[in-house]
Amino acid sequence: MAETVLKIENLGISFGGLKAVQNLNLEIKEKQLYGLVGPNGAGKTTVFNMITGVYKPTTGTFYLCGENLTGKSQETINHKGIARTFQNIRLFNNMTVIRNVMVGLHNQPEYKCGMFTSMLRLPRHFKVEKAMRQRAKEILEVVGLLEERNSLACNLPYGKQRKLEIARALATSPKLLCLDEPAAGMNPHETQELMDIIRLIREQFNVTILLIEHDMKFVSGLCDELTVLNFGTVLAQGETKEALQDPEVIRAYIGG
Amino acid sequence: MSKFRNVKWKQYVAYLLLIAATCYFGFFGLQRSLDRITTILLEKAAVAMILAVSLNLVVGFLGELSLGHAGFMCVGAYLGAKTAVALTASMGPGNELVILLISLLVGGVAAAVCGVVIGLPALRLRGDYLAIVTLAFGEIVRSIFENLPDEMFGGSLGQQAVRYIRHHLFIIGFILVILTLAIIQNFIRSKHGRAVTSIRDSEIAARATGINVTKYKLMVFTISAFFAGIAGVLFSFTQNKVQPTTFDYNYSIEILVMVVLGGMGSLNGSLIAALLITYLNEQLQIVLTGDLAVLRGLMYALVMILLVIYRNAPALKVFREKASIKNLLAKLKTHDPSKIHDDEASWDRVPTKIMVDEVLSVDIQPQSPYTPDKQWKEEK
Repeated sequence: MAETVLKIENLGISFGGLKAVQNLNLEIKEKQLYGLVGPNGAGKTTVFNMITGVYKPTTGTFYLCGENLTGKSQETINHKGIARTFQNIRLFNNMTVIRNVMVGLHNQPEYKCGMFTSMLRLPRHFKVEKAMRQRAKEILEVVGLLEERNSLACNLPYGKQRKLEIARALATSPKLLCLDEPAAGMNPHETQELMDIIRLIREQFNVTILLIEHDMKFVSGLCDELTVLNFGTVLAQGETKEALQDPEVIRAYIGG
Repeated sequence: MSKFRNVKWKQYVAYLLLIAATCYFGFFGLQRSLDRITTILLEKAAVAMILAVSLNLVVGFLGELSLGHAGFMCVGAYLGAKTAVALTASMGPGNELVILLISLLVGGVAAAVCGVVIGLPALRLRGDYLAIVTLAFGEIVRSIFENLPDEMFGGSLGQQAVRYIRHHLFIIGFILVILTLAIIQNFIRSKHGRAVTSIRDSEIAARATGINVTKYKLMVFTISAFFAGIAGVLFSFTQNKVQPTTFDYNYSIEILVMVVLGGMGSLNGSLIAALLITYLNEQLQIVLTGDLAVLRGLMYALVMILLVIYRNAPALKVFREKASIKNLLAKLKTHDPSKIHDDEASWDRVPTKIMVDEVLSVDIQPQSPYTPDKQWKEEK
């Protein structure tokens, strides 16, 4: 039996009188590809914001590998091992592709280097920079952006910007990678490519992946398990095939 | 030979030019054959360059608008002058250099402490709000020094200062400029600098990537304030008296104009702009006498307005592209931008500049969960 990576218990948040998410329970096993789907406004991104520390949940707790991270700051949660991408891409636009990834490597213990070491250009600084560049190149190769490493992040086409966000999140060596609509705005060819990349990432980086997506083909082709949300409550949960055939889910999506 | 060609000499041009200038003028300075106007100009230029480079760290690289740089300088100048006076009284003549170095340290550290103090609220405020706080800080510091009892810092008459040997001070000033440039440039061209620029580009993403935003903002404010303090001490040694009126709001704007004119995020640009503005200022002081002297203040406004128009006017777009130095250089040598060189992280080919309006107009949406007042409500 695989180990539980993320465990969410009774998680909920309300903004004033609006209960955006209520009573969410889910458990993600190691190296699982877990999907979070639901119609617009169902509260999927809110769940992401809670487990990455942007919002503080009003009720409930969540654990990463058994450690309670509820209410911790974004930085701490990232250090503990949850990395995310954003629905509306947020890259460091004025920096090159490789340096975007190198920012992700910033907090890795093996690249530790004090401020004064850098200011005085001690040998350690050069060693660390070289190692970081090497590692960043390896990560970029996985997502297929090695060729573009010198261009500015804002000059990349949309699909590649999404891949770069994934690469940057991966650079923080997370245990759990949260992808917020990774395939949004991509054409079918790019979507297919992204599916392969996500599978490859899971194998190479030993990472558990939680993703939000609207593209049902993408979800059913990729995810092992699903949680379907509607108006902040869980509609269905379980194996992808079964969850998608649940009559409640079909009604929420198609109506009737 | 190929190894020599690989040295990215572009990175070191500023140092080479500064060292050359120091040697050239220093040679005449040691012989005491420079005239008064030149030495004073060089001293002022050194002070301005340190200020501009240190402010660029906050405005250009961290992307926060700080209008209180003269305040940090004021702290440095007053405490440096006070230390120098006290030390001169106890140590006597002959120890000028030692006194200068100790004063520099005292002034710099005192300003750095103020940097921490102003950095703490800066973590909660952003954009225009931070600009207002720093603006107020500068004015508060100035009026504190002005209104303290006369025995402490001389009140509105000003603090007595020790004038350093005129022919030598600018050499020390230029050495300080080189050190400042080296330290700030090394900071920026390291993983720490990368973290700082990432905060500038997207604070939300920087947080999500695990960058300790609080730590880096505080760090940048402190470093910047430290060097502003150093510049203040250096300034105090060029004067017989440190007067509070020097460090008013206009002085902060003057430094900001240097940074904007030189290009935010470009340290070399700051150096050039600081030189240019100091020189123009001196020349205008000679030309504009009497009632016309008021017009000198107009220069900054004009420079700022023209710059913003030039950068943004759609009608000038074609001209801008034609006249951009980058494109002119590309014409000179057959530069192939599509060719990938294996020096990704090298800094001379990485643009660090940002546009003026990216910093000057930060809009905070009321709905954003990151606005300070919303968090405050949640805490309640």
